[in-house]
Amino acid sequence: MNVMTKTERALEMKDMKISAKNVQVHYGDTHAIKDVSVEIEDKTVTAFIGPSGCGKSTFLRCLNRMNDTIDICRVEGDILLDGEDIYDKRVDPVQLRAKVGMVFQKPNPFPKSIYDNIAYGPRIHGLARNKAELDEIVEKSLRRGAIWDEVKDRLHAPGTGLSGGQQQRLCIARAVATEPEVLLMDEPCSALDPIATAQVEELIDELRQSYSVVIVTHSMQQAARVSQKTAFFHLGNLVEYDDTTKIFTNPEDPRTESYITGRIG
Amino acid sequence: MSAFWLLMIILALAAVGFILGRSRAISSVQGDRRQLHSLPNYYGFNVAMLAFVPAVLVLGAWVIIQPMMISSQVSTHIPAALYEDAGQLNLIMSDVKRVAEGLDVAIAQGVMSADEVSQLDTETTDVRAMLGNVGVALGSDVDPSVLKAAQEMRAKTTSGNLFMTIVVLIVASAGFVAAMLKTQGEFRARNAVESGVKALLIAAASIAILTTIGIVLSLIFNTITFFGMFPASDFLFGLTWSPEGRGGSEHLGILPLLWGTIYISIVALLVAVPIGLFAAVYLSEYASRATRAFAKPLLEVLAGIPTIVYGLFALTVVGPLLVNFFGADGLGWMQGARSVMTAGLVMGIMLIPFVSSLSDDIINAVPQAMRDGSYGLGATQSETVKQVVLPAALPGIVGAILLAASRAIGETMIVVMGAGAAARLDLNPFEAMTTVTAKIVSQLTGDSDFASPEALVAFALGMTLFLLTLGLNVLALYIVRKYREQYE
Repeated sequence: MNVMTKTERALEMKDMKISAKNVQVHYGDTHAIKDVSVEIEDKTVTAFIGPSGCGKSTFLRCLNRMNDTIDICRVEGDILLDGEDIYDKRVDPVQLRAKVGMVFQKPNPFPKSIYDNIAYGPRIHGLARNKAELDEIVEKSLRRGAIWDEVKDRLHAPGTGLSGGQQQRLCIARAVATEPEVLLMDEPCSALDPIATAQVEELIDELRQSYSVVIVTHSMQQAARVSQKTAFFHLGNLVEYDDTTKIFTNPEDPRTESYITGRIG
Repeated sequence: MSAFWLLMIILALAAVGFILGRSRAISSVQGDRRQLHSLPNYYGFNVAMLAFVPAVLVLGAWVIIQPMMISSQVSTHIPAALYEDAGQLNLIMSDVKRVAEGLDVAIAQGVMSADEVSQLDTETTDVRAMLGNVGVALGSDVDPSVLKAAQEMRAKTTSGNLFMTIVVLIVASAGFVAAMLKTQGEFRARNAVESGVKALLIAAASIAILTTIGIVLSLIFNTITFFGMFPASDFLFGLTWSPEGRGGSEHLGILPLLWGTIYISIVALLVAVPIGLFAAVYLSEYASRATRAFAKPLLEVLAGIPTIVYGLFALTVVGPLLVNFFGADGLGWMQGARSVMTAGLVMGIMLIPFVSSLSDDIINAVPQAMRDGSYGLGATQSETVKQVVLPAALPGIVGAILLAASRAIGETMIVVMGAGAAARLDLNPFEAMTTVTAKIVSQLTGDSDFASPEALVAFALGMTLFLLTLGLNVLALYIVRKYREQYE
């Protein structure tokens, strides 16, 4: 019995990709994140929902230390990736961001060719030994980004010339190309039309096979469609975190219920 | 009445018009302002505008045209025997003007009456001595025909001024009355004033454009005159510049000057572009907000230093410093303190703020999303700058560099003081050379005849310079515009 529990615990430990404990974030004088603790599982889509300004994007940006680029931002508390504190002095934020990729709200392809957009990450991290390998990585990433068929004939056309939905899938493919372990997505569909949104959602579901995906979204339908776990943020607090089905059918906190039924937000 | 007092009268009329127009508008609706189409002030402005603007335009045109007409009329009375060409006639006409002014002064000081002036004769009076007494010194004795012309000019000017006063006052009052008649509750004074404002703005814009056109035209015509006297092919392809020779022996080849200009500009850009660009990258990407707020204005102070001060710096500091290393005691490449290197280095320092300030703005205009995207993929700051920010900003940066280049090409003072005045085709950057601009100065500041090829060549040089910088500016604008299209 005792042995079993140990194995079980070990299994559970392994399944936890990111665990955040008592995270506090201050922007200057503003207390943006108040004592948030979250465990994010591996190979799962976790959705962060909540009204605008509730801190879900801020929290997301803590997970790969993107907040470091903002001078006035202070982060306290522990965030562990595979059991290692990412805010430890020994951790290089640049290396961390290679492991924890990010896709932004607005598609932001670099003003380079489609090929160079994808090859950017592999090049700076030295993932390819030669041109053939790089070509392979680019093709694989574009396929995973579900955009290969649309761009395979114009890999050297500028990435900025694609449509909004294509650009966003290009950005996802670009993030995938560096082989991250976790993919953070900050409202990846808010600038897209419904068809492109559906394509991206499908893509997220596929990405779940290999990555842990964290997605911030304003659309509760989207959270319900793509995620297995959902966290509801309100005014900088994590109000509720549970299985998506439970959050949307039987929330424990009255605030969660009000939000998903549209009474606050 | 003088133009100044006339202007004052019109101004007073406009001020009265403002007050009357305003009160007339209010009384036209029995004091109920809500009945007015526009605010009462607009009615006032409208009256003031109509009283002032047409009258001032007439006044201005009159003041410019009248002297020209009178002097062309009077000049027909100068006997043809006194002059040979247009230049001499001009000299005589300026004598006439001077005598006429002298006579005015004499009347103003009460030395004689207006009647006496018109009766004045060189036979009976020593006009030169008389005018000398009232403080107007003349270069030579007054010729009878000059005195006659001066008297005629005085008479015409006096009657012209009287006529001008009458016409201007009529125009001002007509505008005043017309505007007052229109001033009623339903008159759209606001729109009228609006179109007045628009006209003012258009006028300001066209003055700038017309001036440019005027300068370009004068360059073109003088260049054509020059090429009439001097073969264009010798100017464009000549390898020697030695304007001292008179007659057929002169060499006015532009190539040594053009080479000096380009050589010095290249040295300057080699200094300014890397330093300026790195400074811009530091300021926009690495510096904290406090450092930036402190360092950027400080760097821009460099742009405010007069170029003559840079010239001094070149001559007294940089030149001797270079001589220490490259002069006779050192490597022996350099003869004196003045050289391409001296001028180029100092000009480069002058251009740093141009490059850095413009590039900084352009780098800042690169969307933050680009940087986030790069950081999000695990790129370091310098990788992000090198591979994402700079390529995105490149067209703008090229534009900034080209603007700096056209500034370098047009620079004069630093060249005069730092590079010397010897026109030379040489590859040694420690040799004294000179540029197009410096030669324009030296060609026009001597005592040479303005109609000679030695002086007129300045216009051809100016034209060359103008075409060069225009080409660079157009190229820069084209590139900057293309860049803009990419991001909006």
